[in-house]
Amino acid sequence: MSTLEVSPAEPRFSEPGHTVVNDFSIQVATVNGSGSQTANTVLMRSIFQMGVPVSGKNMFPSNIAGLPTWFTIRASKHGYIGRKKEIDLLVAMNPETAREDVTKLDSGAAVVYDEPLKLDTLRSDLHFYPVPFDKLVAPVCPDAKLRKLVRNMIYDGIVAWLLSIDMDEIRQALVKQFGKRKAKAADLNWGAAQAGYDYAAKTFTKSDPYQVERMHENTGKIIIEGNSACALGAMFAGVTVVTWYPITPSSSLVESLIGYLKRFRIDKETGRATFAVVQAEDELASIGMALGAGWAGARSMTSTAGPGISLMSEFVGLGYYAEVPTVIYDVQRVGPSTGLPTRTMQGDILSTALLSHGDTQHPMFFPCSPEECFTMSIEAFDFAERFQTPVFVMTDLDLGMNNWMSDPFPYPDKPIDRGKVLSAEDLDKLGSFARYKDVDGDGVGYRTLPATNHAAAAYFTRGSGHNERAQYTEREDDYIHNMDRLAHKFDTMRKHVPAPAIQYREDAEIGFIAAGTSHYAVGESCDQLRDQYNIPASYFRLRAYPFNAELVEFIQRHERVYVVDQNRDAQLLALMRLEMAPEEIAKLRSIRYYGGLPLDARTITDEVISQEGR
Amino acid sequence: MSTITTPAPKKVNRIGLEVLNYKGAKTTLCAGCGHNSISERVIECFYELGVEPWRVGKFSGIGCSSKSPAYFLNMSHGFNAVHGRMPAIATGAIMANRNMLGLGVTGDGDTASIGIGQFMHLVRRNLPMIYIIEDNGVYGLTKGQFSATADLGSKLKTGVINDLPPFDCCALALRWGATFVARSFSGDKKQLQALLKTAIVHNGLSVIDVVSPCVTFNDHEGSTKSYSYMKEHETMLHELDFVPSYEDISVEIAEGEVRDVELHDGSHLRIRKLHRDYDPTSRLGALHALENAEKNHEVLTGVLYVNTEKPNFLEMLHMVEEPLATLPEAKVRPTKEALDEIMEELR
Repeated sequence: MSTLEVSPAEPRFSEPGHTVVNDFSIQVATVNGSGSQTANTVLMRSIFQMGVPVSGKNMFPSNIAGLPTWFTIRASKHGYIGRKKEIDLLVAMNPETAREDVTKLDSGAAVVYDEPLKLDTLRSDLHFYPVPFDKLVAPVCPDAKLRKLVRNMIYDGIVAWLLSIDMDEIRQALVKQFGKRKAKAADLNWGAAQAGYDYAAKTFTKSDPYQVERMHENTGKIIIEGNSACALGAMFAGVTVVTWYPITPSSSLVESLIGYLKRFRIDKETGRATFAVVQAEDELASIGMALGAGWAGARSMTSTAGPGISLMSEFVGLGYYAEVPTVIYDVQRVGPSTGLPTRTMQGDILSTALLSHGDTQHPMFFPCSPEECFTMSIEAFDFAERFQTPVFVMTDLDLGMNNWMSDPFPYPDKPIDRGKVLSAEDLDKLGSFARYKDVDGDGVGYRTLPATNHAAAAYFTRGSGHNERAQYTEREDDYIHNMDRLAHKFDTMRKHVPAPAIQYREDAEIGFIAAGTSHYAVGESCDQLRDQYNIPASYFRLRAYPFNAELVEFIQRHERVYVVDQNRDAQLLALMRLEMAPEEIAKLRSIRYYGGLPLDARTITDEVISQEGR
Repeated sequence: MSTITTPAPKKVNRIGLEVLNYKGAKTTLCAGCGHNSISERVIECFYELGVEPWRVGKFSGIGCSSKSPAYFLNMSHGFNAVHGRMPAIATGAIMANRNMLGLGVTGDGDTASIGIGQFMHLVRRNLPMIYIIEDNGVYGLTKGQFSATADLGSKLKTGVINDLPPFDCCALALRWGATFVARSFSGDKKQLQALLKTAIVHNGLSVIDVVSPCVTFNDHEGSTKSYSYMKEHETMLHELDFVPSYEDISVEIAEGEVRDVELHDGSHLRIRKLHRDYDPTSRLGALHALENAEKNHEVLTGVLYVNTEKPNFLEMLHMVEEPLATLPEAKVRPTKEALDEIMEELR
């Protein structure tokens, strides 16, 4: 017996002839391991090729095969690429979730489904398109073993017919997906898509309003995952030592990097690598190696997710205190503990800012897009060496593992900045140096690299108490002096971290503060508040920690400021509270989402309206 | 009596440095601590071989032993890391600068307890560096608890008996990939010198486990890591002579008496047979000998295993010759054309 609720019998169809162009979301529900990724990527890419702004989000299980997975494609003529809460077209391929998926739909949505599931009996206010997938796949795929993988391509053809997607674009996307070397596979899949299209054209009468029309918004744009963008950033930043331990959702960052390094960082004269990559035994080792390499002068990095960050805590404290540069990518996922390894969250902000015992503070960069993954990576490597400290690049699963449209990345316009490093020639002039002395007043000392060919180059690096000359000390005055200098160094960073992106709206009483992938939902929510509620809202997109003076100014200029957090405990807000004055704290309000899915605009808008008492 | 004296010419090594240039800060360890003897051997060996001290990277973890890198080679960079995780720091640093001569000093707590995982992976990688375990069977800095190398049945000062078997770091090292493995005693100056010099030129991971008594917490009756226990139970496998590459080696060697191991840089390790035949190139033989020694309550010292053929970790990485740390921008930042090519692929 089904426990599902049956909807009202009255259908709420739109008027005949009414169309909704380039403004809808498609959800494809499949079983993971069934080859649906190809079909979904091709569908998304075909809409992209038609010039319509599009985004794709994969909601997948922590499992190799057999569990439910959903892929959402959103097309938006307005350029909104955050997740849309409402689903307009469901492709129901998974018998296990189909009934619940259908029940959740808003009235008027369309459903393409596997005919034997008989979903049309569940509701009468939806547009149903039953498809006999097994019957259609047999003739186009004689090899029974491959049918499971090819079967999903049929819905691409069906959807193409329903939405008026040009089949040539499907064909082109397939070729892109499989490349020239796998032409046979591309042909097989093309046959399936074609069969789907023909079946739909012959069988269905279109009753839903959704449609794709060609636009020209995507000229020159690329499609890329945030993890690959970070990898490219690291490579163009000149990374030389990469250490890592596999963990979802960060593994593909280093795997992508390895691929690029092998192509672009083999010395042409010698055929040898200008990099070293080590898969370490655990995150304790990967951060240790990254710090060892950074200490010795390499541009080093490691990449991980929350559980790895927890493990790295002790070493990161050493990096802070001994002042060793390295870059740490945190592709955040849902915690605590193992949590939901394949869902997204901004869950490590507070713990990372203050990671490790004693008084510690770490700079964090918050890219919101693949382009920022690239540019901020380059900035992060310079920053780590400039300030001689571990720098965290905080992305999340949504940004890291999903496909995003992006402008092509700009080639770095500044040379690499290696920070304050004394060479043998410098030492000849100076005679000696004190590693932790604040010579320039910015809190940053001068370092030498090990194996510098000079008798005065050496100093001793330690996590125990040390004075300006890096000698062991337990003296009260030495300790306080050093800790105050580190605090001063952190203050200096405020002026050098990536600047915030601020949009002041005239007459806005309220403002938003958000970071990273919250951007898309917040931007869209600002439009919803303006268009639907006549509430203007300013928006401060935080791009880094430590905060700077503009943040305080933004809060002061508004009556109420909503801090958006993708976590339960309002971590970003909590971090602000640590350094804000009481009158600023009094203005802060919290909007939190922590369900593991990419944040959507409606959730924010509804919450603002509720808190505003409207 | 004349008041004018001509100072004696200063004694220098082959790169013109005095032994003073190889010293460190004054030790803060206990008087009589075995670790201090090991520091002295380090100073002598690096001085005598004429190693450029600025080419050396000193690494340690946490513990009494790990303090000692401050007490030698002041002209070398040093990194006192976190407890048990010196191998990771050293691995990163040596990858970053392949010209660095890595010298790790650690203890039995640092290596065999908290750091056993990193130690095993260091061994597995055969990273070219020297890894000295100053092994006294107890935690000194926390006042005398057993470590994981304490022998079964050995007794603490408080009378507590150890009822767990020890890890034999040499057996672990030679079984899982280290290519120069030796055991010695901090009181054996000549043997330790030969072993250290061999380790300096060896082109792979050298693990030297040095029994180094803790005079404060583990030098009493019932301890198996005391000076007196070692005097009674140390069994030398052979006599060792290190002949550096720059010295004439055309001395006659009597057949069957001496085994000659040619090392990476052309130096030689002369292994002179004592009471028994011992083949230090046989891994299985070494494990067998260690097993027997444990049964007979002997502490075997000397070269347990040497392999000069196996590739080390740096060789496997297939890196450019110059250190990664100092590669110029043109070598590490691909061109604009490369970025354009990638962007085009992603369209």
